[in-house]
Amino acid sequence: MSVLVFAENWDGNFKKSTFESVAYAAGLAQAAGGSVTAVVIGNVSADNLSSLGTYGATKVVHYDGADVNHQGVASIVAQAVQAAGAKYVVFNGTWKSKGAAPRLAIKLNAAIATEVVELPSSTAPFTVKKKTFSGKAFAHVELSSDVKIIVLSTNSYGVKENAVTAAVEKGSGSATEKDNSLQHVEYQKTSGKINLTEAELVVSAGRGMKGPENWGMVEQLAEALGAATACSKPVADIGWRPHHEHVGQTGIAVAPNLYIAIGISGAIQHLAGISSSKKIVVINTDPEAPFFKAADYGIVGDALQVVPKLTEAIKKLKG
Amino acid sequence: MKILVCISSVPDTTTKITFADGNTKFNTAGVQFVINPYDEFGLSRAMQLKETLGGNVTTITVGRADTEPVIRKALAIGADDAVRIDADPMDSLQVATEIANYAKDKGFDLIITGRESIDYNGGAVPGMLAELLGINSVSPCVKLDIDGTTATMQTLIDGGKEVVKSSLPLVAAAQKGMVEESELRIPNMRGIMAARTKPLAVVPGAAAGNAKFKTFDLPAPKAACKMVSADNVEELVHLLHTEAKVI
Repeated sequence: MSVLVFAENWDGNFKKSTFESVAYAAGLAQAAGGSVTAVVIGNVSADNLSSLGTYGATKVVHYDGADVNHQGVASIVAQAVQAAGAKYVVFNGTWKSKGAAPRLAIKLNAAIATEVVELPSSTAPFTVKKKTFSGKAFAHVELSSDVKIIVLSTNSYGVKENAVTAAVEKGSGSATEKDNSLQHVEYQKTSGKINLTEAELVVSAGRGMKGPENWGMVEQLAEALGAATACSKPVADIGWRPHHEHVGQTGIAVAPNLYIAIGISGAIQHLAGISSSKKIVVINTDPEAPFFKAADYGIVGDALQVVPKLTEAIKKLKG
Repeated sequence: MKILVCISSVPDTTTKITFADGNTKFNTAGVQFVINPYDEFGLSRAMQLKETLGGNVTTITVGRADTEPVIRKALAIGADDAVRIDADPMDSLQVATEIANYAKDKGFDLIITGRESIDYNGGAVPGMLAELLGINSVSPCVKLDIDGTTATMQTLIDGGKEVVKSSLPLVAAAQKGMVEESELRIPNMRGIMAARTKPLAVVPGAAAGNAKFKTFDLPAPKAACKMVSADNVEELVHLLHTEAKVI
């Protein structure tokens, strides 16, 4: 019984979220029995393809050629599932995967669980834990179809090594004309920034910063840590920060090892988006701010005073 | 321009989540239900498109009669008519199948959904619906412009945005950006009065799903927060390094 995983790449390179999904597939194969086949689409070097063995893929099926959109991914993965006779399909939690997986579910008549945070608690019946209510709660979902699809919540399972030798083979199959009728026009990439969803460290700030002109110190702290920057909803709404940095119930959900919240009161909607963070630091002038109840470490103080000192202390630690 | 907007009735974003019946059900007692925030961005864009291109906006909701206040709110915002598929929404497949069954022979040019619902966070309905109907889908869709029979859209990729084009019909899954927060439509008194008499068709549900929500639980409560003096940030850095081991 084979587990198939879609191993997404960006211009030929894998990211942490790819390795996380391969590692999850290996854990699932161990629990359910079977081995892991990774599906890779696009121009990827032989070295990169075989590197998936580090995380437990014994077979890598490579569909060489141009990159495809989410609709093309669904078509190609459907062919790969049928060729491998796979019973489980694992996706990482990226936009492309989240787009492809529901289409694949219809093509294969497969049940799907998204925002999955753990390996199944039971394989018969097949039950997995997923985020619900935008991170405020979890649900245990039972999938009752022959083929089952799992889409991970990024940073929840973690990257675990499980080194095996990966045999690479060529896949035959391609996206359909219909898939390609969704035409690519251009990419507008935000360069040089650490991807917020994948980030291990996040520095986030809100209205306590008093104005957009004070964000330099937030960015300096993030730089000293090697962290991604984020913000609260009010700050994105009034245009101090770009929308894509908005973390919370209707923004981006993050699950870093460390989330530092500066001048954010901790409204329930914001907490929903950050509740999966492993450790939380809160810096706020108001000792009654609700965020302290969700925090591991707290400092009561003015962000404009505390943040530069914190940056210095971190630089000192890192030497 | 014939537009179908899918509306989910969800707990207000400020809701404190609890469960009932041995953690098998969401506890709706005292909960205020609202239009799913992502759907609201989509509905507001649909109204703008109707105003510039002409046409008709229909909403569709899979739910029981208790979702009607939310449906009436969508009508008060400006939708022309509404459909309620009378069934308990159980999973993404069932909801997508109901909507596809309704939409397949109605000739909609555009179907707008939210990126996901903020209760069960499946995010699967837009893609499933499009696959069932054999049309393109874009999720999340953070910009949507229509020129004749072509839609130009922006979607998110990991590390930026992508501009894509598609012929109609298609499914666009809204989030902030499709309209801005400031462009969200709020029902006025005239709209609320008009909504009372706008057509709301009730269609019996028939579709089945294949995923079951068995039980729920809440995140484990946090231990007490360790306070550090603002004059001693070195102590915080030390704790993060040696105790929490995150830096």
